Amino acid sequence: MNGTFTPALPAKTGTRWVLRRFAQHRLALVSAAIIICLAASAVAAPLIEAALGIDADAVDLFNRYGPPSAAHPLGTDELGRDVLIRLLYGGQVSLFVGLTATIAGALIGTCIGLMSGYIGGRTDAVIMRITDGVIALPVLPLLIVLAAIDLNKLGLPEGIVGSENASLYRIVAIVALVGWTTVARLVRATTLALKARPFVEAARAQGAGPIRIMARHILPNLASPIIVATTLAVGNVILLESVLSFLGLGIQPPIPSWGNLLTGAQETIWQAPGLAFYPGMLIFVTVVAFNFVGDGLQDALDPRARNRQSERV
Amino acid sequence: MIVFLIRRSVQSLIVLLVMSFVIYGLIGLMPGDPVDLMISADPDITSQDAARLRTLYGLDQPLWSRYVHWFGSALSGDFGYSRLYAQPVWDAIIPALSNTLILLISSLALALAIALPAGVFAATRPYSLSDYGINLAAFAGISMPPFWLGILLILLFSVVLGWLPAGGTAAASGSEGFWNHVKFLILPIASLTIAGIGGHTRYMRASMIETLRQDYIRTARAKGLSEPRVVLRHALRNAMIPVVTVIALDLGVLFSGALITETVFAYPGMGKLIYDAIMGNDYNLALVTLLLATALTLIGNLLADVAYAALDPRISYTKDAG
Repeated sequence: MNGTFTPALPAKTGTRWVLRRFAQHRLALVSAAIIICLAASAVAAPLIEAALGIDADAVDLFNRYGPPSAAHPLGTDELGRDVLIRLLYGGQVSLFVGLTATIAGALIGTCIGLMSGYIGGRTDAVIMRITDGVIALPVLPLLIVLAAIDLNKLGLPEGIVGSENASLYRIVAIVALVGWTTVARLVRATTLALKARPFVEAARAQGAGPIRIMARHILPNLASPIIVATTLAVGNVILLESVLSFLGLGIQPPIPSWGNLLTGAQETIWQAPGLAFYPGMLIFVTVVAFNFVGDGLQDALDPRARNRQSERV
Repeated sequence: MIVFLIRRSVQSLIVLLVMSFVIYGLIGLMPGDPVDLMISADPDITSQDAARLRTLYGLDQPLWSRYVHWFGSALSGDFGYSRLYAQPVWDAIIPALSNTLILLISSLALALAIALPAGVFAATRPYSLSDYGINLAAFAGISMPPFWLGILLILLFSVVLGWLPAGGTAAASGSEGFWNHVKFLILPIASLTIAGIGGHTRYMRASMIETLRQDYIRTARAKGLSEPRVVLRHALRNAMIPVVTVIALDLGVLFSGALITETVFAYPGMGKLIYDAIMGNDYNLALVTLLLATALTLIGNLLADVAYAALDPRISYTKDAG
């Protein structure tokens, strides 16, 4: 069935070669295009708003749960606001939170993993036990508690607590706080392998300090696995944000996000099924797209990992 | 093995202990305190009364000494009183816990009954059309927002078709009552099952593909055994080892899934209890339910380790395992 013969791959790692391999993964290519379109239309929301002549915050109680029409392409919500524009603004928030929280988590994970792997010994043991502990926790219930705590009791400055974007910062912070473990473990394992390689030894022999070795010699070699893991994590973070916002603990109205647009959808489902459908569909499409792009990047950046490990589509 | 088990159990207990303090501290950071709630309930309370009540309940003490006090009474079995349900915490938890167990066990069994055969089927035909289809479906499953899945099920079966209730539960009494009870369970179980299938299918497929590459499988084929016999008798048992581990590890994930599903369908289980306790400032209930969720997750991890050791005799736990 599966022969063990695999053609030897030429040792090319240039950007063009990576892009070409990525382009061969057609699903990933289509997904990347979808993400770019979604992000572009979310960013362009104010322009679309002006072009259609709609005000996103205009409440029109005589026109609640309006059906799709020329003025409102996807109809209106429980306050008579335009659904399409609210979805686009929600996309801004959901994509922003998804990307920043994932990147923040990846940064924390990279620092912790590098330290743990490079220093080794007792430090490594302690950090890895803590990582195991964090992985072992029931994430969602804890996130709910973190989302419910009163920031004033933490003694944070009023400028942050009182700002209308407080729920945005809070969700980025708490998702990053639990989301660093995957990258940390990955970086630690790769660092352990890299630090024994001759080029690191050569750098040390030349008198390079630990910081310089980590930053200049080890970190560049970690780029591929970190990029792949981070891309694959974006989908999960978007799902997490949408769950928290749906439960009323994430992004707070009036700021729309794809998650909080679905809050109460079970109640309005009888009058306006569309309200329960569109935001979820957008979350679903975005998450699938990020997963496929991550898969394609894995193929393109580290083709040997694919042949070594399982063969997923 | 025994030593390993004891050490892992002690480790888990320490994590639980640390978490009990962390959660206790976090709950203290939630908006308001019990006296605030009394003040809002009774406008006649003076500030002196409030201060007296705070001293009476020990709220003026530092966090550490309050925690020790709570821990002491918890050890003697007194977990306090639930404000929302007006009964001892455990009396609110027991029925919710049994409701959640019904939900979790039936959906896990259903998900595995579908996912494991699907994974094996796909793994024995890698890169075929059916493999491709199964993979795509699994990908869709893990990318689906779990609450939206529930909402879609309500949309289809309650709104459009009108076959099933959109949420809640009914007491099971008599023959008619039993069906009534089951009717409320179908959509939550279906929702949690669909959410779980994707991940398990992918694990099973990956593990089976890996196993089918082993030398002993080639030997079995060379002996002239039929393909089904090779796959089901020789490969499956070994391919199951990592899958069983992942299932045990996923108990925590399953619990999160139950929280979402129960909230969407207003199903009176542990997940909804946690959610309501936190949203309703029911400190005692929130604390105990969160600790219970942590304990269940830790037990899942422990089970995963034990299963791994018990199923694979090559794994030794005599030195540095953890």
